[in-house]
Amino acid sequence: MTVDTKFHHGDPATAEPIVQMQNIEKHFGNIIALAGVSFDVRPGECHCLLGDNGAGKSTFIKTMSGVHKPTKGQILFDGKPMDFATPRDAMEAGIATVFQDLAMIPLMSVTRNFFMGREPIKGKGLLKRFDVEQANAVTMEEMRKMGINLRGPDQAVGTLSGGERQTVAIARAVYFGAKVLILDEPTSALGVRQTSNVLATIDRVRKQGIGVVFISHNVRHALAVGDRFTVLNRGKTLGTASRGDISPEELQNLMAGGQEMAQLEGSLGGTV
Amino acid sequence: MSDSTPLSNDERLKTEPFFARQMKRPELGAIAGVVLVVIFFSITADGSMFSLSGIMNFMTPASQLGILAIGAALLMIGGEFDLSIGSMVAFAGLFFGVCVVNWGLPLVFAIPLTFAFAAAVGAMNGAIVIRSGLPSFIVTLAFLFILRGLSLVGLKAATGGSTQLRGVRDAVEGDWLAPIFSGDALQGVFGWLAQNGLVATFKSGLPKVPGIPVEILWFIVIALAATYVLLRTPAGNWIFASGGDRNAASNSGVPVDRVKISLFMLTACCAALVAIITVMDAGSTDARRGFQKEFEAIIAAVIGGCLLTGGYGSAIGAFFGSIIFGMVVIGLTYTDFDQDWFQVFLGGMLLIAVLFNNAIRKRVTGER
Ligand SMILES: Nc1ncnc2c1ncn2[C@@H]1O[C@H](COP(=O)(O)OP(=O)(O)OP(=O)(O)O)[C@@H](O)[C@H]1O
Ligand SMILES: [Mg+2]
Repeated sequence: MTVDTKFHHGDPATAEPIVQMQNIEKHFGNIIALAGVSFDVRPGECHCLLGDNGAGKSTFIKTMSGVHKPTKGQILFDGKPMDFATPRDAMEAGIATVFQDLAMIPLMSVTRNFFMGREPIKGKGLLKRFDVEQANAVTMEEMRKMGINLRGPDQAVGTLSGGERQTVAIARAVYFGAKVLILDEPTSALGVRQTSNVLATIDRVRKQGIGVVFISHNVRHALAVGDRFTVLNRGKTLGTASRGDISPEELQNLMAGGQEMAQLEGSLGGTV
Repeated sequence: MSDSTPLSNDERLKTEPFFARQMKRPELGAIAGVVLVVIFFSITADGSMFSLSGIMNFMTPASQLGILAIGAALLMIGGEFDLSIGSMVAFAGLFFGVCVVNWGLPLVFAIPLTFAFAAAVGAMNGAIVIRSGLPSFIVTLAFLFILRGLSLVGLKAATGGSTQLRGVRDAVEGDWLAPIFSGDALQGVFGWLAQNGLVATFKSGLPKVPGIPVEILWFIVIALAATYVLLRTPAGNWIFASGGDRNAASNSGVPVDRVKISLFMLTACCAALVAIITVMDAGSTDARRGFQKEFEAIIAAVIGGCLLTGGYGSAIGAFFGSIIFGMVVIGLTYTDFDQDWFQVFLGGMLLIAVLFNNAIRKRVTGER
């Protein structure tokens, strides 16, 4: 497995973090989903969040995007303590998220989903209205940039394929992510071309100075774009490594929770 | 990165015939229903049903129901039910009656107060549903009884023992706001039409239909406004989103709770409007006002294409659903059929509408 990529990797270690999560704990009743996780993301970097199923990755990014309130711990945004009461607050601060379940509404059109909660407005006063034409045009254009030709902006999301749906969610987050872009397993349903498009998009927005949080189970995808890697295991961090400080094999073992991989290595030829 | 083919000729897209495209519109079923019902009554009913006065005759109850149905439709699209709107008509009617009769308030105060009062009750309904996370069906069922009971108790208290509060007509007589909420509008126009022989007249030369009952105008205006809000404003998008999937909507930044509570307030205000119009029309209010209207309104909304599961439907559909309702109720009196067929008709329509909506939903969501 090679980790050489065509992507640029900056030197983000110098910049001040946009978001700093300090000792975040999250309990659901008697379940401790997060037991004190610290994490930060700096402008212009792609910080990968890795870990086994159920490690707490989704829960963690949901506290970052205002869905969950942390049970304990502090969130600093641009150095100041921040308390996101709703996802809307986080969005207004410039944090956009692709949730693992995508947060799409099947009965609504692609355009309506794309701009849900952030509809473009035209007109004044009582004539203030949803600018449907502009919304349609932007949606088609953003989807085209991601390598997907929609049949029409009024197509219901329920009729899209799984990967197309995922691409709408990614395009939406990229379009609205002014400061931080969070991607929770964004490539799980994507084809080869769309996956490389997403990785290229991560690279592009990173160059614009946006901080990217990227969750993936695929080491190669993570290594292709990641600048730093944080591994979660059973609600705790196993540590953060910078690009170059860690070998793919080490990373893969950490992601598996440090446990032995199933004895298939031989027959799979190390392709996992 | 934009390795794309031009949009215009996607070889995987069949051109969709006009009819197939219309098939996907939520209000299609209701429009088809109107056509069917019109054909049915053109054959079976006395010809006077579709004269101008006949149309006013069925449009009046259709409008009174329709104002409720449009509110119910918006709430249903937003993913909730309100079974208390019928009782709310009685309760708001009582409040309005007390305002004008017992307290002697002019309409400029009585009407806004009644709306504010109804909105507060609606907000309470909504807040309980949101806070408790219980289905709105059960919470508002409780209010169906609570409000009906309070109306009875309140009426007795206000009148000293009677279940009817009279004297509204005298109290609002001559009030400058009264013509907006009662009687017939556009009387001048109809008079002019009569003079020029454009509408049917009595021997005296007065038009047989003196004007358009105000509720019909309210009904049309509310249907248009609701359609505009749903299709052309951010609030409309939020309503669809909240009803489609509240978690997804909330995670995408839609203020779901605020949307839902506002919708509960809106349906209550629709009930208050119907209460004000019908109480002023009748000159009195009683505890049976609005009885079972919640079911009729929900039926009209469903005939109009609203899904019971939320997230889909239209205000125009509810508009036509209510007209179907009015035509059937009044239309049967123009035929030789026993009027009690009405309920059979209604149940049948509801069943067909639900089956139809289910099929449409599968089409829209791609049979998943
Ligand atoms: N709302 C909730 N209520 C109760 N437990 C929860 C809730 N959300 C998450 N959990 C628990 O928290 C733990 C972490 O879940 P989370 O979804 O964050 O895992 P993940 O790392 O994203 O896993 P995956 O890779 O499978 O997506 C799981 O054990 C899960 O059961
Ligand atoms: Mg997850």
